[in-house]
Amino acid sequence: MIFAQIFFYIFAAILIVSAVMVVTSRNPVHSVLFLILCFFNAAALFLIAGAEFLAFILLIVYVGAVAVLFLFVVMMLDIDFTELRAGVQRYAPIGAVVGIILLLELVMAVGGWKIAPAAAVLRMSPMPLGISNTDAIGRILYTQYAFLFETSSVVLMVAMIGAIVLTHRERTRSKSQNIARQNARQPADTLTMMDVPIGVGVKQLGILRPGPALAAPGEKITLPETDHVAVTHKPGAH
Amino acid sequence: MGFFSTILGQIILAALETLAVLVPLLMIVAYATYGERRVMAAMQLRKGPNVVGPFGLWQPFADAVKMVMKETIVPSGANRVLFMIAPMLTFGLAMVAWAVVPTGNHLAVANINVGILYLFAISSLGVYGIIIAGWASNSKYAFLGALRSAAQMVSYEVSIGFVMVCVLLCVGSLNLNDIVRAQNGLWFCIPLFPMFIVFFISGLAECNRVPFDLAEGESEIVAGFMVEYSSMSYAMFFLGEYANMTLMSAMTSILFLGGWMSPVPFLAFIPGPIWLILKICFVMFVFIWVRATFPRFRYDQLMRLGWKVFLPLSIGWMVLTAAALEIFGWLPHG
Repeated sequence: MIFAQIFFYIFAAILIVSAVMVVTSRNPVHSVLFLILCFFNAAALFLIAGAEFLAFILLIVYVGAVAVLFLFVVMMLDIDFTELRAGVQRYAPIGAVVGIILLLELVMAVGGWKIAPAAAVLRMSPMPLGISNTDAIGRILYTQYAFLFETSSVVLMVAMIGAIVLTHRERTRSKSQNIARQNARQPADTLTMMDVPIGVGVKQLGILRPGPALAAPGEKITLPETDHVAVTHKPGAH
Repeated sequence: MGFFSTILGQIILAALETLAVLVPLLMIVAYATYGERRVMAAMQLRKGPNVVGPFGLWQPFADAVKMVMKETIVPSGANRVLFMIAPMLTFGLAMVAWAVVPTGNHLAVANINVGILYLFAISSLGVYGIIIAGWASNSKYAFLGALRSAAQMVSYEVSIGFVMVCVLLCVGSLNLNDIVRAQNGLWFCIPLFPMFIVFFISGLAECNRVPFDLAEGESEIVAGFMVEYSSMSYAMFFLGEYANMTLMSAMTSILFLGGWMSPVPFLAFIPGPIWLILKICFVMFVFIWVRATFPRFRYDQLMRLGWKVFLPLSIGWMVLTAAALEIFGWLPHG
């Protein structure tokens, strides 16, 4: 038990320090990396509390996916952070007002919180019925909280579709490949095999464009003046 | 046994268990580099490394010594700390994941309830080594490689996750030992064959292996995220890649090929670790076979395959699996 306490304080301390570093570090990439460290320690705290399912979901969703995208975006941004900091004093009052409103809302929300009778029993025994907590979360999430669960998934869906609608644009000049068309292409559509006698060439056969009459081997051919451009047309274009 | 129940004894015991997993693992990783060169050479009608020791068997050690002797170079514009952390992260994560891999019935360093989530979490963290390396190198090629790899690994993780859900539906538990035991008699690669293929191909992409090795792409971006690394820091990336490959092979064996169980009952006297190693070697052989066979994907096709083919396929198969289990009453109750 003493080990659990020692580890709790270690992880909690690292969590708080890295959370402070997220806000104070000058380099935004460092901020994101500290945020990841933060998530990591939060997951460790979940583990100590016996909530291993939540711990690993936190790692998979936030560290494995969300923070990767954060890092991805922040690395590509070219922000001058001194420039951003120039406005801090000017915007501080507005920020403070927004913060206070959010705090009041939180207080009101938590103040009006009532714990369902069934949930109160669950709080007393974090792992009811001697089943694993993955099982326990599943049982409660898909029965008692099914509506909230589905609603939150719809909210996420709307956000996703919204983001796509707002940012998606048809690129008319895009050279992207239509895979179905590419796979449906047959050799016969684009390729013609032909037998060309030695020393004659395709031009003289009149396949590419009308040329002079066929010459016998050894006879000198005089090409038209205009015909010194390499012909790359598809056969049969003329 | 009294000593091993004290705290010090427990710590020593845990250290010994860890060593018992890590030492064979490092041997496999070292010889995977040799094996890959020999197998590919055989497939391409060459000889491969055959000079150092009998059949060239000391080649991995010769390579290691060579790597240690080289000078470590840190580029002047690089972020020194992150530059050195990145290869350690890649290599360390590939090792840490092995804590939960069961090598026999209840024979794992940590037989935890959510073993499969642990493996998934660790394999999804692997991308950080590459991103940090790419960013900290302060080089355009490295950065491009890191961006490619980040997008690629996040994309393919999604379908890997859904494939895992398919398996979990059939098992009814997140414990790796239970997953292996549920395959007694019928390996999941038979009823879930399409998912087995999706998992294998996504595994190739997750390990940045050919034909999905765009993060390295030596013909366009030199060596991608590894371009600025040298000496042991390079060696750690290199070994980390093979350790990840071994891990992905182990995951394939556990989820689809019956893990440590023997394929036929009369061979069950052969111990579990040997079966697991044989299966890992088989899957790794296929990894190498693929490398010797296929050309590299183009990046847009890679993304198309991940998002437009594998994702709908795996979600569809997950719904199908759940429906089939429910209709026929085969749902396991864990």
